[in-house]
Amino acid sequence: MDFMASKQPENSLLGPEADSQRTLYPYVTGTSVVALKYKDGILMAADMGGSYGSTLRYKNVERMKAIGKHSLLGASGEISDFQEILRYLDDLILYDNMWDDGNSLGPKEVHNYLTRVMYNRRNKFNPLWNSLVLGGIKNGQKYLGTVSMIGVNFEDDHVATGFGNHLARPILRQEWHENLSFEDGVKLLEKCMRVLLYRDRSAINKLQIAKITEEGMTISQPYSLKTYWEFSAFENPTQGAVGSW
Amino acid sequence: MDLNMDLNAPHSMGTTIIGVTYNGGVVLGADSRTSTGMYVANRASDKITQLTDNVYVCRSGSAADSQLVSDYVRYFLHQHTIQLGQPATVKVAANLIRLLSYNNKNMLETGLIVGGWDKYEGGKIYGIPLGGTLIEQPFSIGGSGSSYLYGFFDQAWKEGMTKDEAEQLVVKAVSLAIARDGASGGVVRTVVINSEGVTRNFYPGDKLQLWHEELEPQNSLLDILNSPSPEPMNI
Repeated sequence: MDFMASKQPENSLLGPEADSQRTLYPYVTGTSVVALKYKDGILMAADMGGSYGSTLRYKNVERMKAIGKHSLLGASGEISDFQEILRYLDDLILYDNMWDDGNSLGPKEVHNYLTRVMYNRRNKFNPLWNSLVLGGIKNGQKYLGTVSMIGVNFEDDHVATGFGNHLARPILRQEWHENLSFEDGVKLLEKCMRVLLYRDRSAINKLQIAKITEEGMTISQPYSLKTYWEFSAFENPTQGAVGSW
Repeated sequence: MDLNMDLNAPHSMGTTIIGVTYNGGVVLGADSRTSTGMYVANRASDKITQLTDNVYVCRSGSAADSQLVSDYVRYFLHQHTIQLGQPATVKVAANLIRLLSYNNKNMLETGLIVGGWDKYEGGKIYGIPLGGTLIEQPFSIGGSGSSYLYGFFDQAWKEGMTKDEAEQLVVKAVSLAIARDGASGGVVRTVVINSEGVTRNFYPGDKLQLWHEELEPQNSLLDILNSPSPEPMNI
């Protein structure tokens, strides 16, 4: 990283944090968000954890929020940056509402706005350290997209952030289909979240599932998933090979 | 400058700070050690700082950063109170702290716990860790000493405690953290804030409960040797 020369003299006592032109590092982070399109709209799931390094410090963080009438935003990464993004979106939606012209920003437009914000911050080497999932439905048109901290954005029938990309997407590629019912959608998301709980160190067993349809957005109460540990191979793994694990 | 930061290891911060809500208000608590490297620069510091009559903040991390942030917010809140014509709310105080913490995240190294009482929401605690996340919690712990208290609070915290229960919990917790964290020590200070006002309390180090492998303090060995039932020497 030698080309990113600091403006400070060599004998400066200030650490790397003082140079506001450098890329930062995250402190309080949220892990995966998983979302899919179903018959009536979008379903999205995220746990309620806010990790501080390897410590599972906060266990009541809502990482999914409604944006305007038609959209739902889920975020992983630095929570303070997510809170700031929510403030930007508040201003955006307010401005849109003040026109009072019967029109309202749909998920496609919000996604585009977020993409521009994230990409322009990335270009200034001062990113918002988040991976975002933006889903919604307007006039019967379902929309599900994602933006990363470097501005990579795309839309798909199912998306995920972080570990979810590695663990949840393969499951969704196999089992997702057009016109999933609400029940099947929830079961599919729960299958993904359970795997993440087993295999992601920063996952906690307290999650919410949000649904957005033409009628509006609802977010479930926080709840926990049952996990399965009764494989016979788990009970005595070193029986056949003393000293192994 | 180490550019290869371990992204999973946040800065540890000297101090133990706690904020707890109870049925009617909040109790804030802290240790009193300020260290410069291995030296204890101040063994009786006051880390619970007033922002307004009804809102206080517990400071951890860099002493300079936390003092300056508190000073700015006290100044803003003073003006806000004059303009508003009534006491500022805890939420406003917390949001001002967040604004400074977030917008200067590159330069600041301070974790704060804002606690207070206002007539709209009653007793409230807001945690503002490194980075400037704002999070409202029924209780909050911070500073390097807090690492030793996560398990303790998972077990000992309950909703709807009385004022005395809450204060005893805070004193016990800070005392436990002091026992294990080298960067925490000295006395335990608490501040209780409710509709009736603010009460400051002081628990000197030698008056706290003894924990594992800690001994009763003596004036001198001579007192032990000369006492009627002498204690055997432990090897």
